[in-house]
Amino acid sequence: MRAKTAMKPDPRLHFQAPLLETPFHPRTSAANRLNAWVPWGGYSTVLEFEDLAMEHSAIRNAATVYDLCPMVKYRVRGREAAAYLNRLTVRNVAKLQVGSVHYTIWCDDAGKIVDDGTLFRLADDDYRICCQERHLPWLLDSAHGFDVTIEEVTEEIAALSLQGPCSYAVLKAAGFDVETLKPFRIATFPVDGGELMISRTGFTGDLGYELWTSPDRALALWDRLFEAGALYGIRPIGSAALDMARTEAGFIITNLDFIPAHQAVREDRVRSPFDMSLDWMIDWEKGHFNGRRALLAEREKGSEWAFVGLDIEGNVSAEHAIIYHDKKHEVGQITAACWSPTVKRNIALAHVKRPYHAEKSGNLWVEIYAMRELQYVKLMLKARICERPFFKPARRTATPPGLF
Amino acid sequence: MIYDAVIIGAGHNGLVTAAYLARAGLKVMVVEKNDWVGGAAVSRELYPGFTYSNCSYVSSLFRPEIMRDLELPKHGLQILPYEGGAVFTEGDGYLGMHRNHDANRREIARHSPRDAEAYDRYARDVLRHCRFIRPMLLRTAADPASFRPRDMAELAWLGKQMFGLSEMAMYDMIRFWTMSIADFLDEYFENGVVKAYQAVASIIGTALGPMSPGTAYVLLHHAMGDVDGNVGAWGFARGGMGSITKALTASLTAAGGEVRTGSGVAKILVRNGRATGVVLENGDEVHGKRVVSNMDVKRTFLKHVDEAELPGTFLKRVRNFKIRGSSGKLNIALDRAPKFTALPEGSPYMKGDMHFTDSIEKMERAYDDWKAGHFSRDPFQDMMIPTMIDPTMTPPGKHFMSCFIQYAPPKIEGNDWTDQDRDAFAETVLNQIEAHAPGFKSSVLHYEVRTPRELEKEVGLTEGNIFQGELTFDQLLFNRPVPGYAQYRSPIRDLWICGSSTHPGGGVMGAPGRNAASEILRDMAKPSKDMSDAYAVL
Ligand SMILES: Cc1cc2nc3c(=O)[nH]c(=O)nc-3n(C[C@H](O)[C@H](O)[C@H](O)COP(=O)(O)OP(=O)(O)OC[C@H]3O[C@@H](n4cnc5c(N)ncnc54)[C@H](O)[C@@H]3O)c2cc1C
Repeated sequence: MRAKTAMKPDPRLHFQAPLLETPFHPRTSAANRLNAWVPWGGYSTVLEFEDLAMEHSAIRNAATVYDLCPMVKYRVRGREAAAYLNRLTVRNVAKLQVGSVHYTIWCDDAGKIVDDGTLFRLADDDYRICCQERHLPWLLDSAHGFDVTIEEVTEEIAALSLQGPCSYAVLKAAGFDVETLKPFRIATFPVDGGELMISRTGFTGDLGYELWTSPDRALALWDRLFEAGALYGIRPIGSAALDMARTEAGFIITNLDFIPAHQAVREDRVRSPFDMSLDWMIDWEKGHFNGRRALLAEREKGSEWAFVGLDIEGNVSAEHAIIYHDKKHEVGQITAACWSPTVKRNIALAHVKRPYHAEKSGNLWVEIYAMRELQYVKLMLKARICERPFFKPARRTATPPGLF
Repeated sequence: MIYDAVIIGAGHNGLVTAAYLARAGLKVMVVEKNDWVGGAAVSRELYPGFTYSNCSYVSSLFRPEIMRDLELPKHGLQILPYEGGAVFTEGDGYLGMHRNHDANRREIARHSPRDAEAYDRYARDVLRHCRFIRPMLLRTAADPASFRPRDMAELAWLGKQMFGLSEMAMYDMIRFWTMSIADFLDEYFENGVVKAYQAVASIIGTALGPMSPGTAYVLLHHAMGDVDGNVGAWGFARGGMGSITKALTASLTAAGGEVRTGSGVAKILVRNGRATGVVLENGDEVHGKRVVSNMDVKRTFLKHVDEAELPGTFLKRVRNFKIRGSSGKLNIALDRAPKFTALPEGSPYMKGDMHFTDSIEKMERAYDDWKAGHFSRDPFQDMMIPTMIDPTMTPPGKHFMSCFIQYAPPKIEGNDWTDQDRDAFAETVLNQIEAHAPGFKSSVLHYEVRTPRELEKEVGLTEGNIFQGELTFDQLLFNRPVPGYAQYRSPIRDLWICGSSTHPGGGVMGAPGRNAASEILRDMAKPSKDMSDAYAVL
């Protein structure tokens, strides 16, 4: 059944509740036993529903639901949408087939990253960008000379992420056949006079899907998943659990792992695709794109930073720690870290000055101030640069997927 | 009795200079022509039970280092950040301003979804300019023509600041310091109302229109302050702006300094090329080893010093110093809060700045009237009701309204303002408010009108210019007030200047006063141990 569309509230009254509720709010608030809310992208969102360890282990054990609505969404349509997106982003959009998704980044003219996100090709000339920050002026300015229309559609779409080894089983039980759906592909299903779009994407590095529908169908979707998932231990997760899972998967978050070029107040805080070790995405052959000239120069000249995964001795998590070479010279900064219950390692994501990411990575140390009963315990722990993702189960890409 | 320093004028800068000198052990005397202290940072009760902020009305620029050094909180100073803000638009609409980032974005999105998402980048860029200029506020500007070691060192410091910037940032900086606010805003926004709101701070106190080059800098001058580290935020001084100068006076007297009100300086005494004291209008003489003038540079040198004592080029430059008045003010005691028809019940907009000019073009037209020698027929207002937040200024339920108005020329078509002109000016302002808040006029208990004429007469601001001199690039940094004399000194030995005519300029900032004290102490080879270092910009 569909929820009645509520009367549109007076748009002037936003000051009464500056943070929006997502279309899933009736369900997330009922499940939010800790009442732990955090603002995210202009919405009230759940940090932790009940128990962080339970929520994280469900991601790796059962099936979890995460409310994705605050992700910023733009719709790009028109005859030259592909050409425009090729100009905007660094990857080759011509290679993106209808019904697929790719992860991508876009840069300013100086070749510094403006944001990362996923690009969905919904039809021949109909795309959706899904990202963390807001960019309408940049998207519009970049469209100069292209036959495209660009709209901000965040509030028009309700989205859930269903992740975990049992996520396929839950979808199946809910009546959605995604057996043949490969990673980064999209399927659509009719629901209650409308449409549900399912993409095999996610932010956990595990088997998982993202479900996209209209806000008026949000609650019905939630209920259908929880009904179908009851026997699979389905549970909602908050951002804290997701943050651990994404660190295990080695994924970055704008403004947590890098400062976007349009927001950095300090000029030296911006990062290029090379600095973030995302240069593998750049298609140098596809023609001009924003930042290409600067990036070509950087390819010649070399980059200052590298972005790496770290494995740190011991089990004390190293959030925001400084990295030293030979315990003396600062050579980097950790942006995300946790003790990983999944891989049983003390992991981190970090910016490291080149060449300490490779040739001179032999003698790296992390300085941790661990607060223990109102006193800092100072630790200098050995760190080793290692492959990302830290966790990469085969079930993530298996098609057809396993049932658990 | 010979004082170590005689300070002319108890404006906030004079008081800051005096307080620092007194703390350093000097015997100081401040002489003020009015019966009260404060200059343009003053609060007087003109209607029983109602405290006004008669001139300045909001605080952001006042340096926190000074508040701390001079222990102003202990002497009663409290700054209250304010909440909202709105510009009313034609047809009973408005654009509001919110401290909450998301509410602010959603509010702008009502007018332009694009501009809602442009705001952060705009704010970031303005903040970048602020970060560049903030470290300069509490430093004496280097003299680029001098080869003294300290000027060289200071220039090297400035060079380092510049070279820390990327090429692009340097281009942007130079453009920003010289361009008009209208052009600057066009680079970010599409919506006229959004631009009008942002342009407010760039014309305040300025005899320029939003389309005049140089106005972008004026925006920066209003954005570079902070309330407790929140750069760009503004607040009310609890009890009115006079609380700032009352606290300064208390701090000064606690340190052994003296203030003498009620008779102004007629003449600065100069003997053998050195300032030795002042003669007051009542004939009294006050002697000092040095004289520090808080009056603007024109008043100081053209009205109170013998011209024969001054070099010709200096005199010429002082005469040519631009100090055109452009602003007026209405201070209103209200029987009840106004009801603006556009504003929804419970909205926070009355707890901040309100405006009635919804386009840059209308602002420019208001400026056109000024150029023609009239006050604006459809003036621009920066209107506040501090009592929406401050419970101390009026009885409960009553309100004090402060209306800052542009444009008002120093003279009406070349003639002095008459009382009829003044009343017509006031009527224009009251009618503008009434149009948005019917019934407002009937709630007015009393009002005080200040045109440039009153500002000059009472505060001594030449031509009524609120900043003691315009904030155009040719009159900033080492060129403020005039080239060669940006270091608080004058051609006359022992005659110093410490008011807003000097670097870094006007506003209730205290920086000129502190910098002057620092130079005086340096000149005396006295340690300035009670002057903390400027806070670092991280
Ligand atoms: C209407 C108005 C609104 C303003 N609004 C704001 C605002 O909201 N926020 C803000 O930050 N800034 C504002 N400003 C600017 C700010 O108030 C001034 O730049 C600042 O207060 C000037 O301080 P000062 O100490 O340099 O000089 P002044 O305040 O001008 O002090 C000079 C002092 O010298 C005295 N004096 C003059 N002649 C003599 C004499 N012959 N003998 C003895 N004493 C004499 C005067 O009476 C006065 O007390 C406003 C100014 C005005 C006029």
